[in-house]
Amino acid sequence: MSEEFSEFGELLPEINAINSPYWDGLGEGEVRLQHCKGCGVNQYPAESFCYECGSTDLEWRKVDGGGEVYSFIVVHQPYHAAFKSFLPYTVAIVQMDDGPRMLAAMLNLDAPINIGDRVQPHIQAINNERSVLMYEPTG
Amino acid sequence: MMKDLKQRYCIVGVGHTAYGKNPGVSQIAHNVLAIRAALDDASLTTDDVDGVLTKAPSSTFPMLWAPKIAEALRIQPQVVGTLDQAGASNIGLIQYAISAIELGQASVVAISYGDNPRTGSRASYARARGGDGAVAGLFGAPSSYAMAARRRMYEYGTTKEQLAYVAMTHRHHASMNDNAIFRDPFTIDEYLDSRWVAEPFNLLDCCPVSDGGAAYIITTEERAKELTKTPVFIDGIGQNHPSWEFFRRKDMAASGAAVSGKMAFESAGIKPDDVDFCEIYDCFTIVPIITLEEYGIVERGKGGEFYQEGHTRIGGKLPCNTSGGLLSETGMPGTQLVVEAVRQLRGECGDRQVDNPETGLVSQQGGILTTHATMILSNKGA
Ligand SMILES: [Zn+2]
Repeated sequence: MSEEFSEFGELLPEINAINSPYWDGLGEGEVRLQHCKGCGVNQYPAESFCYECGSTDLEWRKVDGGGEVYSFIVVHQPYHAAFKSFLPYTVAIVQMDDGPRMLAAMLNLDAPINIGDRVQPHIQAINNERSVLMYEPTG
Repeated sequence: MMKDLKQRYCIVGVGHTAYGKNPGVSQIAHNVLAIRAALDDASLTTDDVDGVLTKAPSSTFPMLWAPKIAEALRIQPQVVGTLDQAGASNIGLIQYAISAIELGQASVVAISYGDNPRTGSRASYARARGGDGAVAGLFGAPSSYAMAARRRMYEYGTTKEQLAYVAMTHRHHASMNDNAIFRDPFTIDEYLDSRWVAEPFNLLDCCPVSDGGAAYIITTEERAKELTKTPVFIDGIGQNHPSWEFFRRKDMAASGAAVSGKMAFESAGIKPDDVDFCEIYDCFTIVPIITLEEYGIVERGKGGEFYQEGHTRIGGKLPCNTSGGLLSETGMPGTQLVVEAVRQLRGECGDRQVDNPETGLVSQQGGILTTHATMILSNKGA
């Protein structure tokens, strides 16, 4: 539980019946995605149906979550207090090996990243209840 | 001439309020005053208007917006409507106006946009994009467009210097436009020295948040001939909407321009080479580069070079954004580009007038390359 993440709370989406397995997973240190038993894709964000084929036969699966950088930016503008201590910080679009593209803050960067770089999940606890999915270079 | 229409359609009046900072001017006032200015320009009055169409203000999303504007004009029109294609709505609304007139439901349609995000509420401009955007630290349109720019630069070799030329070219044009908010030209060094917003974007890659209203009046060629000013013909319209949340799209750095442009060129019966000038949606510097490439006006990967070599300057092969565009005239989401295209085709643009143009192209776009529309205008008629 790091002090520097204390203001992230208000940025978090509310947990509901559909997305709770995702957030529970992060709380337990795992990346979980919805898997469609109809067509086999893993999807995010969660829904009551598969975006690809419309099937409602979905289950939650643990995934590795690793992937590569599809694009990224380095944010200098202080948009929100939660990110103030990180300025300038890097936000990446990560193409997961297991399926969807995710939008995530990058942590533990020793050097600037590039498109195509391998990255791995960094599940960051922000308070006693919630953790969020961030990414870091694959080490 | 667009397919299967019974008659040709024209823009017969354009108008706008002061761009920039307008404390005390309401969203309604920007719409009403712009429509009244456009009616004056067309030598028409509110009595002639039987259709009122608007794009919802970006800063808020009011219900029943067009009826409110009709009330403030003291008219009870046959047709009202508010379209939400974000920045592409300005052309989508023209298409709706043509449909209404073609079906005999209206004869003179006023189309407007007005908002006061500079001095009123601008909360929506910084909202997180993408649902999970906030947790990731992604706020505001510049960040999302910067993601698209980075990817486009990676895929096609567009350079930071080329982005600078888009900003500098549009500013050069704004320097000849008294309506423009930003009129002082800048050098590439000054561009690079402007503060970073979200790399690869500096401040000068981003359009400002501005107050203002703009409007235009659509009617038939027959009616247009009874009026005093040169009618501007709507020769072709196209639309295409990539639609999805930008980072989930297969090709994130593409827009709807390729398909929309093809549709517009075909409906006007022209080729990209026939266009004399363009007014391109330029919310961020990468967008005109993407748009020119996707339209097939230049090859993919050559849009930046086209700017750098000066071809888009007034006097060049294909002047673009002759009023300064969103980047320098005003950050309004696109309505002003239609106003400028009409003025160019009428020859009203003074120092920044393109040499005897016959055909102009307007592109519009909304969201994060989410929606796209293209319109071909001419002063001859297809
Ligand atoms: Zn499926």
